[in-house]
Amino acid sequence: MPPQSKLSAVLRKRRDTIMAQWTQEQQREIGAARARLSQEEITRQSSQFLDLLVQAAQRTGVEDIAVGEWKEVRDFLDGLSRERVLSGFASDETATFILSLKRPIFDALREDSNGDADKLVADVWTATVLLDKLGLYTIKSFQRTREEVISRQQQELLELSTPVVKLWDGILALPMIGTLDSARTQVVMESLLQKIVETESQIAIVDITGVPTVDTLVAQHLLKTVTALRLMGAECIISGVRPQIAQTIVHLGVDLQGVTTKANLADALALALRRTGIEFKKQ
Amino acid sequence: MLLAPRGELPLANAHDIVLCRQHVRRLAQEINFSLVDQTKFVTAASELARNAVIYGGGGRMLWELVESGSRRGVRLDFVDEGPGIANLELAMTDGWTSGTGLGMGLTGAKRLVNEFEIESTLGSGTRVSITRWR
Amino acid sequence: MERIPILRMGEFLLATIQVEMHDQLALRLQDDLTAAIARHGSRGVLIDISALEIVDSFMGRMIADISGMARILDAKTVLVGMQPAVAITLVELGLSLPGIATALNVERGMQLLRTALESHGAASAPR
Repeated sequence: MPPQSKLSAVLRKRRDTIMAQWTQEQQREIGAARARLSQEEITRQSSQFLDLLVQAAQRTGVEDIAVGEWKEVRDFLDGLSRERVLSGFASDETATFILSLKRPIFDALREDSNGDADKLVADVWTATVLLDKLGLYTIKSFQRTREEVISRQQQELLELSTPVVKLWDGILALPMIGTLDSARTQVVMESLLQKIVETESQIAIVDITGVPTVDTLVAQHLLKTVTALRLMGAECIISGVRPQIAQTIVHLGVDLQGVTTKANLADALALALRRTGIEFKKQ
Repeated sequence: MLLAPRGELPLANAHDIVLCRQHVRRLAQEINFSLVDQTKFVTAASELARNAVIYGGGGRMLWELVESGSRRGVRLDFVDEGPGIANLELAMTDGWTSGTGLGMGLTGAKRLVNEFEIESTLGSGTRVSITRWR
Repeated sequence: MERIPILRMGEFLLATIQVEMHDQLALRLQDDLTAAIARHGSRGVLIDISALEIVDSFMGRMIADISGMARILDAKTVLVGMQPAVAITLVELGLSLPGIATALNVERGMQLLRTALESHGAASAPR
């Protein structure tokens, strides 16, 4: 019998023993993290995985886990990794899911070997190679998910630090605080443009009072934002332009392409209101 | 994964450019690019596909889903056996200032992707490769 | 033959682009629009791209060409409804479409055209 079908045969035949040993090892290995994973969960996940593993092994053998027949196994491991990332597990704790399956399988293979040492070694080798591949896949998937989570959190942090505020019907304001780099500009542009569409605003006031330095790069980023706004049919007013910044802009030869600039937010708002045809009267 | 990890599409005429865009969009969605990143990548592909059809006398696009560590991305190669570009440096700056034709497509596409490589030999053709990571 | 429909709205024309524009379709649109402007004496053209998810340099040039042709025929062009992702991409691409008026949607675009015409004095009577 070829090693792969031997493996799936053994997995089926000695399923209960393997399950018992495996779930016990997982409990022991994860130790302090037990509070995060209940016995039921471990059993459920292990059982599901064993079923998928047997299916895949039977259908196509255990040489290559990248083929289509192993997709369900891979998807399951992706799902498991994702759960573990979100629950705060470490990558090695997650790989334990696969690696702790080795001992139970080796024991099962030995029980089944009828004293044939050469065959046992071959079977154990096949099993080891397979489990190592699956373990590595799990870790890779874990890392990928973790990086996605981190990057999403960074994005959210960036978005939070540049909130888009509706000042009046049709007028949005974006107070920029801190350095304006390209990553920040991207986030700013996306949220600002999205808000323009949602609120159907005509004017966006970008206030740079809180931007410490304006050099060529910052000026370019501002220009990009202004241009994108214009392409969508909205107008941009830049406020908080200190005299120094005005000098820098002229010295750098930056062409603001007809964008109106104002020294402070109040002036910018007054202008925006005029442009949208709103007039305030004192009682 | 719904799509094969790599493949090839012909770029013989204007209609192929449309098909190319649609396929690249599917690839970008497969890797879960954000909407803006999808748009940038598909637009870059459109520019390069058009170059291959119009200036390269036709060619093909090779695509591949790639991985680097735990990052996933898409790599596209636009190949044609056309006249090639005489002065690459010039083409990439000239087009930018004049805003038309070949150069615009190249410099523009370069800004829309993470990795950009171009090889071109007069008389033997051009190969442009772009990669965008998630 | 596939064509982009052009709607006549009083003095203005509205072309709504909803499909993937391939080269021939784009050229046909240019022909149809310029012919319609001449035929109706239209003073304004609205190009609605709110359904377009990709605008590359070819599309950009085509829009710029239409705007140029319209101007020669004494009509103003307004580009409406650009999607945020498209705007961000165009800016990165280096295309700012200078000289082409833009608006958030068709309604605003019409307002823009009316205001522009008023400030230019009496509009010519539609034929």
